[in-house]
Amino acid sequence: MASSTAGAHDHPRGLRRFLFSTNHKDIGTLYLILAVIGGLVGMLMSVAIRAELMHPGISVFPGLAQMLYGADPSMATDAGKNLYNVFITAHGVLMIFFMVMPASMGGFANWFVPIMIGAPDMAFPRLNNISFWFLAVALILLVMSMFVEGAPGMMGFGGGWVFYPPLSSNIGHPGPAMDFVILSLHLAGASSILGSINFITTIFNMRAPGMTLHKMPLFAWAMLVTAFLLVLTLPVLAGAITMLLTDRNFGTMFYDPAGGGDPLLFQHLFWFFGHPEVYVLILPAFGLISHIVSTFSKKPVFGYLGMAYAMVCIGFLGCIVWAHHMYTVGLSLNAQRYFVFATMVIAVPTGIKIFSWIATMWGGSISFRAPMIWAIGFIFVFTMGGVTGVVLANASVDRQLHETYYVVAHFHYTMSLGAVFGVFAGFYYWFPKMTGYLYNETLSKLHFLFLFVGVNLTFFPQHFLGLAGMPRRYIDYPDAFASWNYLSSLGAFIGAFSMVVFFYTVIEAFMKKRYAGYNPWGSGATTLEWTLPSPPPFHQFETLPRITGAEHQ
Amino acid sequence: MSTDTRKLISRGASLMALVLPLILSASYSLAQVEGQPAPGGMGLPATVTDVGHDTQFFYNGILLPVITFIAISVLGLLLYVSWRFNENANPVPSKLTHHTGLEIVWTLVPILILVFISVPSFRLLTKQVEIPEAKVTIKVTGNQWYWSYKYPEDQGGGFGFDQLMKAEADLEPGDVRLLSVDNEAVVPVNEVVKLQITAADVIHSFVIPAFSIRMDAVPGRLNETWFKAEKEGVYYGQCSKICGKDHAFMPSAIRVVSREKYEEWLAESKKKYAAAEMPVRLAASEVAR
Repeated sequence: MASSTAGAHDHPRGLRRFLFSTNHKDIGTLYLILAVIGGLVGMLMSVAIRAELMHPGISVFPGLAQMLYGADPSMATDAGKNLYNVFITAHGVLMIFFMVMPASMGGFANWFVPIMIGAPDMAFPRLNNISFWFLAVALILLVMSMFVEGAPGMMGFGGGWVFYPPLSSNIGHPGPAMDFVILSLHLAGASSILGSINFITTIFNMRAPGMTLHKMPLFAWAMLVTAFLLVLTLPVLAGAITMLLTDRNFGTMFYDPAGGGDPLLFQHLFWFFGHPEVYVLILPAFGLISHIVSTFSKKPVFGYLGMAYAMVCIGFLGCIVWAHHMYTVGLSLNAQRYFVFATMVIAVPTGIKIFSWIATMWGGSISFRAPMIWAIGFIFVFTMGGVTGVVLANASVDRQLHETYYVVAHFHYTMSLGAVFGVFAGFYYWFPKMTGYLYNETLSKLHFLFLFVGVNLTFFPQHFLGLAGMPRRYIDYPDAFASWNYLSSLGAFIGAFSMVVFFYTVIEAFMKKRYAGYNPWGSGATTLEWTLPSPPPFHQFETLPRITGAEHQ
Repeated sequence: MSTDTRKLISRGASLMALVLPLILSASYSLAQVEGQPAPGGMGLPATVTDVGHDTQFFYNGILLPVITFIAISVLGLLLYVSWRFNENANPVPSKLTHHTGLEIVWTLVPILILVFISVPSFRLLTKQVEIPEAKVTIKVTGNQWYWSYKYPEDQGGGFGFDQLMKAEADLEPGDVRLLSVDNEAVVPVNEVVKLQITAADVIHSFVIPAFSIRMDAVPGRLNETWFKAEKEGVYYGQCSKICGKDHAFMPSAIRVVSREKYEEWLAESKKKYAAAEMPVRLAASEVAR
């Protein structure tokens, strides 16, 4: 493997180092930079959306459409309505495929899965490189889609990140915008499939001597499950959007009832990918939260095997519950019963994880360093998102709440708070290891404070809006919803401000150059990355570590 | 952690204990105009159907207390653990990593809670999906961006009409912005009404929150749902599946009236909508056939 030939490798610099990189740490860094770009654009879009929804009436987007597209003032209202739909679509796609996935799977997993299992690099370094550049091109295609025609006379695709036909077929969006989106998804999907194959091979074949699967760190377990989910479900999405592509361009009728097709076929295929996808977003966070809680409680993870197999169980169940996104499409009674039952079962392994984290803290000696604050915040907000998930699992209540802001609040509590808090927790946990520098703890905690207050203020009132019946993906709403929307928008602005604190924290850390040493977190940090210098050498473990006990779990 | 921080945590906890019941009690719907959202409402809107009452009991009476209890328990545990086992209070960590009994308990208890939830859930689901014998059937079609209705001939109808949102300039006193429409659909009170829902172009979704009904309008499919309104009034809903530019501007409105008034309206509408040249006459005869 790479370690035996490491001496023959030179240490490329500058453009060559990053463009042609085969080094898992450099590729991880590239992914993290992409995630920052994707997240920044996605966040600015959410600020525009919340600014629009701050007051009843249409105020922000017509002006934005004039600015972006030079829309004619007489057409500005229509262009604005369309642009709003384009923004909610792009916000979702960006945050999922170009922020959370590149951060947790591309960034952290590339950086730390090989190190944690005692491997010198990923199994297929060149595949790793193409995975990243596919994703970068996918992002460019997605941005381009916003500047070509979608709906007649309108720019971009505005049909939501679920791309349901006929809105996404020639009936709703005859222009090429949707074709750009489809190709972007194809590339992003290929990128993730190749990345997943790489992780599965690496984890199965390149663990250090003595590191059995049951001694492997939970983050590596999380990535193993995530990679399997992607390999199993992404081809289904690829098939679904390819059929959409041929429907749009080559006259097939897969989703067109006029030719014997069925629009619901797309929904089944999409959610067969889409539901596992939300676990792809959250499982890496599950893994790294376990490490953070254990590190700062100075205790090993409570119920290690239960934690690992709970993730396997969540991954399996995640693949058989897809139609709970489709309770209102006209499913038969028995189909709805099955999906209610299967969905509710997911609460059990998820509960095991929450309780095991708390049990890990129980009896510990907890130091409230910044990553731990983020991890505790994660456990709480994820619980909040989890319990509303139990509510929505019931088809009978979902009849009242589906496609309302209750759902928006639910999945933002699990994703925008849960997955994102996980990403930030991981970032602050591993930042000293990745850069070699310590950041200012107070600044990081300030970042947490602003984001925690901001996003809770944004999304908690949305439960009320949803219960009262406000539909999602609406540019304007009846005046009765004004007060909670106003609060929600204020929260979004506070959350956006927290990003200023975040960037300042990072810049300050690079400017002050406080050296981190091997292990800034003390005796609780036991995984292999803390046995290396910070940042780790270009090629680590040229002599493979030998694992004897469970000390590097 | 200093004693100051501890005080802060306990103060925070007591504040939460005060505020949360307030929030919860407020979430039970208070007096409001049925059929439209109440300003600043925090809970489910007032309902006028049996299914709606069951839904509200299930959410307000079972789900909300259970999830609130779980969320507060987890929050409480987190705060307690943070306070009790911080490094000042507990400098030497224990090495406890397994407790089979505990692990069995936190697997079984959630299962029991879910079983407890699932009983009323499945009962309500059956009630919603199994459609009782209906005297009134209406076909509703979603279009970009309005709803159209057809009343079948054999039930005294034989006409159809489109329902468009009233523009802001046309609003009259009593109208609600974004909800009021030009032609309301009318149904009799205390009778089972069956809706057959489909779409002509892209997918839409027909919703009336006060009836607890929601059914997607999918091209090529004829979905069915039902309601039995117990109270006269106007009940609004809004399209709930993204359908393009004017997704937010295609409300639906159903006026519930007495049987006599319903018959009058049928007779009037027959003339009114027959006079207007509309392609729906073709489709109406199709329903009659």
